Amino acid sequence: MSEALNILGLKKSFGPAEVIRGVDLTVARGEVHAVIGPNGAGKSTFFNLVSGAFAPSAGQVSLHGRRIDGLAPEKIQQRGLARSFQVSNVFGNLSVFENLRCACFKQSGAGYAFWRPAGSVKRANRRAEEVLEMIGLRALRDSPAGALPYASQRALEIGMTIAGDADVVLLDEPTAGMSNTETTQAVSLIRRIAEGRTLMIVEHDMGVVFELADRISVLVYGEIIATGTPDAIRNDPRVKEAYLGEEAA
Amino acid sequence: MNESLSWWRPVAPWAISALVLVTLPLVVAGNGTFSIINVVAINIVFALSYNMLLGQGGMLSFGHAVFFGLGAYGAIHAMNLIGEAGYDGHGFWAFFPVYLLPLVGFACGALAALVVGWPFCRRAGTAFAMITLGLGELVAAGSQMFPTVFGGEAGVFSNRMVGPVWFGLELAQPADVYWFMAFWTLVAVFAMWAFTRTPLGRMSNAVRDNADRLQFIGYPPRNLRFLVFIAAGGFAGLGGGMAAVNYEIVTPESLGLLTSGLALLMAAVGGLAVFYGPMVGAILVTVMNSLLSDYTDASILYVGLVFLAVVMFAPGGLGGGIEQVRLAWRRGDLGAHLPGWLGGALAVLLIALGLVSTIELVYQISHGRDKLARLLGLEPDPASPLVWLGIITLFAAGYGVARVSGRYREARA
Ligand SMILES: Nc1ncnc2c1ncn2[C@@H]1O[C@H](COP(=O)(O)OP(=O)(O)OP(=O)(O)O)[C@@H](O)[C@H]1O
Ligand SMILES: [Mg+2]
Repeated sequence: MSEALNILGLKKSFGPAEVIRGVDLTVARGEVHAVIGPNGAGKSTFFNLVSGAFAPSAGQVSLHGRRIDGLAPEKIQQRGLARSFQVSNVFGNLSVFENLRCACFKQSGAGYAFWRPAGSVKRANRRAEEVLEMIGLRALRDSPAGALPYASQRALEIGMTIAGDADVVLLDEPTAGMSNTETTQAVSLIRRIAEGRTLMIVEHDMGVVFELADRISVLVYGEIIATGTPDAIRNDPRVKEAYLGEEAA
Repeated sequence: MNESLSWWRPVAPWAISALVLVTLPLVVAGNGTFSIINVVAINIVFALSYNMLLGQGGMLSFGHAVFFGLGAYGAIHAMNLIGEAGYDGHGFWAFFPVYLLPLVGFACGALAALVVGWPFCRRAGTAFAMITLGLGELVAAGSQMFPTVFGGEAGVFSNRMVGPVWFGLELAQPADVYWFMAFWTLVAVFAMWAFTRTPLGRMSNAVRDNADRLQFIGYPPRNLRFLVFIAAGGFAGLGGGMAAVNYEIVTPESLGLLTSGLALLMAAVGGLAVFYGPMVGAILVTVMNSLLSDYTDASILYVGLVFLAVVMFAPGGLGGGIEQVRLAWRRGDLGAHLPGWLGGALAVLLIALGLVSTIELVYQISHGRDKLARLLGLEPDPASPLVWLGIITLFAAGYGVARVSGRYREARA
């Protein structure tokens, strides 16, 4: 099996509105797969289905060949899939370090422990420091996460996602709202994350997408209208019409 | 900077607390004072256990007294068993000293939480508040149906002068009970503080802040809430066990909404976001309750006013205020902030004085003069316009100081 994710006939309706209308997609192990599409196309909903935030109305999702559709998010996380959120979703009153450490407890199976200090969970502490360094927030280690500047909070969001050592990572618009320099930093962070992992990333910044992605899927109105290499997507007439053309207009 | 002092920082609060507990009996005397101190000790444990739920875990409970009360009932029944076992000197209870009854309370409280808690912990927020409110009412009402267990209206009596005696420490007078209280308060406070530093303690803060995200780092919020609920129930029960020994009687009131409300009141007045906040709240509210009721009929009204004042003017509670001052001091800009804060405090004080005077005068008109006014050596005449003019001056001065100090604070913010 060289497929990390295998998605078949995935559908999701909210009441009468069908937001995801039959998505088939295969993500190879180690691949960086970008999902692009206009606003409201259903990209975040698609991530929510894969990560277990919502149960699909129909279809299958397999992670490394095992079905995960309909499982609770924590079960899917334990199988090695982690995701970040489009809107930062951190523990606002906890420090940056504490946010990361909480995200590391699962690996040590320590989250329920009440008989030992958190500082004694060596592996979680080591990993949290490591990720702290990686996302460049060492200076803000003890600040409450809720008080961070926007870009730092985005970095923490990514840090919490990868802290648990998931091998399949979904990032929902990691660079949205960032300045150019911040985006450059985020891209190099994402590139490091991609080493040894499978990455699926929703992104509006085409520069970022074409720089990072091995393959791109274009999601329009709940359906994938094209999947291919960046070059193939760039030259695909349907994509131009449905999405890139709109962007140029 | 103060490298040599760094080891002292974490130890200081405990060393100082222990010192205070040891010296307290040297400076105060009289069983009346010790009675109040003993109730303070019980309430410190109770309020802190409540804050494990609300401040740490984000669960607003209106039924926390159930676990306090069941712990108390468990302990008082155990006390009776100790008493009975004392006649023939056989069996487990014959060797169980009364000093350890808070452990029985802990077990009962935790067990009760374990039995009922799972369905409660699915959601926090309003659903949790409503369900716990229902539980409190249900248990309080249900207790009337089992008079052999709960003793009906009158409650269950016992006698703490039973069982084995250790170190010659008989629990006869409130002053003797003091050592028992000091010991268990220290143990419980330390255990609850240590809990905040464990992975589960940290994860309970994470549930409070953002339960949805927690699932995506591998933990279902419900499991975490449930564990915190059991721990909080246990410590409430421990407080109940202390109360059983202190009063030698447990009534169904201890299970009811008023007792639950007291926990919320103490925790909120003291501050939910600071670990020691509920302790400050417990001390203030208990002392106010005990002292004021001797001097004025309006004591409950005053406790309510303090609650209102804190919620409106210091949402972080007294503990939050203390933390603010401490942080400013460590940053070194206390001097710049202090006048604004003192001004605010003065304004609250002036307005409070105005309110107290008004309330006392109104009570005087309707009930006759009570002791508070006499205690202060005042003989105000509610019919005299001068008195009312004075009160209006108090309010006006308070308002003025509030405006000025508010502007000062804004300028510094
Ligand atoms: N929980 C929900 N209930 C009802 N409708 C929803 C829900 N979540 C999403 N939708 C709808 O589904 C559609 C797709 O939303 P989604 O957030 O997935 O789009 P998106 O592609 O991520 O857009 P964007 O680029 O703006 O992030 C939108 O029309 C949205 O209103
Ligand atoms: Mg989206």
